[in-house]
Amino acid sequence: MPLPATVRFGDDPMVPQPAPILAMHRETQDVFTLTLDVSRRARAFSPGQFTMLYLFGVGEIPVSISGDPACPERLAHTIRAVGSVTRPMQALTPGSALGVRGPFGTGWPVEAARGKDVILIAGGIGLAPLRPLIYQLRERRDDYGRISVLYGVRSPADIVYSEELAGWSADAGMDVSLIVDHASPGWQGDVGVVTSLLDKVDCDPRNTLAMTCGPEIMMRFTIRELNHLGIADKQIYVSMERNMQCAVGLCGHCQYGPAFICRDGPVFRFDRIKPFFGIRDL
Amino acid sequence: MNDVKDIEHFIREHPFFEGMPDEDIKRLTGCAKRVCFPAGTFIFKEGEEARTFFCIQSGQVALEIHAPPKGSFQIDSRKAGDVVGWSWIVVPYRWYCDVRAVEEVRALAFDGACLRGQWDENPRLGYEMYQRFVPLMHRSLQATRLQLLDIYGTN
Repeated sequence: MPLPATVRFGDDPMVPQPAPILAMHRETQDVFTLTLDVSRRARAFSPGQFTMLYLFGVGEIPVSISGDPACPERLAHTIRAVGSVTRPMQALTPGSALGVRGPFGTGWPVEAARGKDVILIAGGIGLAPLRPLIYQLRERRDDYGRISVLYGVRSPADIVYSEELAGWSADAGMDVSLIVDHASPGWQGDVGVVTSLLDKVDCDPRNTLAMTCGPEIMMRFTIRELNHLGIADKQIYVSMERNMQCAVGLCGHCQYGPAFICRDGPVFRFDRIKPFFGIRDL
Repeated sequence: MNDVKDIEHFIREHPFFEGMPDEDIKRLTGCAKRVCFPAGTFIFKEGEEARTFFCIQSGQVALEIHAPPKGSFQIDSRKAGDVVGWSWIVVPYRWYCDVRAVEEVRALAFDGACLRGQWDENPRLGYEMYQRFVPLMHRSLQATRLQLLDIYGTN
């Protein structure tokens, strides 16, 4: 798709910047990673932040950045093809372009985690917003204590970043555990829910930060298990997802209690949103 | 391999028995033995009499259900530090799934009839053991409910 001639570069956060697609990698049957060239106007981003991706003439969606913060000129986004925008997006090829706004929102507590044990709990495509954090922890490995990455997926066919997972364990000294809800023939690994992996985590609960991203119900049960291990709500960070549209806290579509997910989140310290976490239909 | 002191040591080391009083551990020791299963072997099969429970010391097992004509489906897994089997507590004492060693497994095997006899003599020990088994059952039920929800699915 050619770049629209009317789009101009600028600092207005509401104006999408055209970005050519550098690479398209299929992770699973319905999940793909798009890498965009934003070298003309690269902006540093924090792990956990998101951008708004605009498929010209179709629509705009919020997507967490899943690439390496050390290479902000190459913005990676891992996307599941489930909706009217993401389905046609998966047909894009290198050379075509998307509109990009952002990065927006809050990131994971990289600095607050220094000197502490770190537990990352991801469910499904929830590993994507945690991947930039994993890159950064790996880059500064000596600054952190024990790092555990717990990753739960529906089936072995749904594992994303499968080529990288072993490397995080072998090269970066992280304890990576993978579990599937439903095994397929030949699967020799763990079967069950991701929360069951928390039993085996080696950490000092008083000196640990836990960060989780996945379906909200998964995070709810994860938080219960973390509390059971002695990890308090203020030591837990969650990445929330709602209907984000403007991305700058103006439109109100993603209001969550007194907060806007797009501006005050998507990453929240859990104790700060706990009163709203269990409210149905919020 | 089945020296009483060794068995007592391994019981004390296993997380399932953490904090258990000495006198209870000594009683349990008389009902336990160390066992080893090569990779690929079945530790027990669905329908067989459930006489034993296992505390895994090393290795991993797969819990499977055979569903002809599709074959066997792995429904859960257990590894070092975990416990396998509670059908020996519940009438009619039959296994409800297959358990297969995915890799070589070393475990403590506890004789169910021996344990139930101990509990008849000493109900406090039975209460202590139920306090340890019931949370395992509860967590397994919760996990199964989450699996049923298919939370990572698209529908």
